[in-house]
Amino acid sequence: MTALSQRHDFVLVFEVTNGNPNGDPDAGNLPRMDPETGHGLVSDVSLKRKIRNYVDLARNGQDGHHIYVQEGAILNDQHRKAYRALRPGDAKVDKDAKLNPKDDAEANQLRDFMCANFFDVRTFGAVMSTGVNCGQVKGPVQITFASSVEPIMPAEISITRMAATNEAEKKQKADGDDSDERKENRTMGRKHIVPYGLYVAHGFISAKFAERTGFSNADLDLLTEALTNMFEHDRSAARGEMASRKLIVFRHENALGNAPAHKLFERVKIGRNIDGEFHSIDRRLDNLPPARKFEDYVVAIDRSDLPTGVEVLELL
Amino acid sequence: MAYGIRLVVEGPFGLFTRPEMKVERVSYDVITPSAARGILEAIHWKPAIRWVIDRVHVLHPIRFQSIRRNEVGHKAPAGNIKRAMNRGDLEGLQLLVDEDRQQRSSTVLVNPAYVIEAHFELTPKAGADDTEGKHLDIFNRRAARGQCFHQPCLGTREFAAEFRLLAPNEALPKAIPETRDLGFMLWDIDHSAASRPSLFFRARLENGVMDVPGPDSAEIRR
Repeated sequence: MTALSQRHDFVLVFEVTNGNPNGDPDAGNLPRMDPETGHGLVSDVSLKRKIRNYVDLARNGQDGHHIYVQEGAILNDQHRKAYRALRPGDAKVDKDAKLNPKDDAEANQLRDFMCANFFDVRTFGAVMSTGVNCGQVKGPVQITFASSVEPIMPAEISITRMAATNEAEKKQKADGDDSDERKENRTMGRKHIVPYGLYVAHGFISAKFAERTGFSNADLDLLTEALTNMFEHDRSAARGEMASRKLIVFRHENALGNAPAHKLFERVKIGRNIDGEFHSIDRRLDNLPPARKFEDYVVAIDRSDLPTGVEVLELL
Repeated sequence: MAYGIRLVVEGPFGLFTRPEMKVERVSYDVITPSAARGILEAIHWKPAIRWVIDRVHVLHPIRFQSIRRNEVGHKAPAGNIKRAMNRGDLEGLQLLVDEDRQQRSSTVLVNPAYVIEAHFELTPKAGADDTEGKHLDIFNRRAARGQCFHQPCLGTREFAAEFRLLAPNEALPKAIPETRDLGFMLWDIDHSAASRPSLFFRARLENGVMDVPGPDSAEIRR
């Protein structure tokens, strides 16, 4: 498969409604926030995780589309293990022996094998301890932290459960309070939600790195498919309703690019929708009710005098 | 320094990890010369040339923020990959992130912005047609157009860097009025050394400007 020959930069706009897009392990799983501005954050690795999960679902184990960095167990592996148990003698899996590649040529072979088989290694890269040259694969796709368009105001929601975790907890409750029977087993929990947040992530796809890992046009299509649909398959109690709203791709004619990425990103302007009109976000809007839906925002793309050789694709 | 260039780089975050605090990463106060070299190489590099950082101007106040993330605890073992190749199937070749989980915090720089002053030297690998003018032209052309081999970053790849070339006659943006001792800082890593490849220098911010010693300077310690 031929590698991608054009540089791409992309802007992904996604929303969350009554959910927690990315918990902060440092803050008791509160939604991530920039402490200085109050803008919400979603880490790059969180988005990459969702891309991996989508590709795993959509291309379930197809050749060349395996996922190296897995979440949870792999069912096929378990199946195969069962087969092994049934047919002993077949298995010739050498388990011991720490091996290191002998030389650079071998390290390259290992790298190419990983790139050819695993979508995430080909796309995001991986660190492989080959012992020779650290065997790092730098992937062509680079994603930044996503940041919300306006400051977010996370809400803490207390919830209750009508059961106790164990005997001790049940007893403790029974001894401790003499309130009515109905409540005695209750435990309380907490959820943090963002009522509404519109987030923007920037991404870069280097055609030169694509050459090295064999990231192809078909892989690019799969990546954009994943960026479009990944939240549809990531439903959970914590996430609320998340959805990709806009995916704007800048395609450069040249492998090295035809314009600075930040200049292109500036062309995507997000403002508040006031009676159908675009208003840039600033303090004058402070008296406005907070945004609660995508229609409260306007995403405008400035297509006037684009640099030559740059094409804007609105994929969503 | 006839072949010098000046490049403005900035971004919302930066993480120039101190080698002594790399598990829970803590950034240096200022971009390291090796990170600055990496940015230039992301725009243009050939084995025929070697970038040398001369000076770094700090344009925004030095501020930090802490970010904690779930990370994978291990690297991919080459032995497993080799065995899978020989065996011809991919069973067992994956990292289970849930079982191999580490939560690590990073202390990152907020909104860093720098002017990198640098020049390049020709290396022994330079051929007959590798003239200094040629490589300087290529770099200037690419940087002015926003072209790059891959998008440069401020320390780690999730913190992408914007870059802008300063024209030779363009005035330098104003550096922060701050003078402080930055302590020992990584100068670069000597990839040809068998052991102790890290090189350090005593970094000092003088009115927002950090002078970087040249490759053969006595100020560089191993």
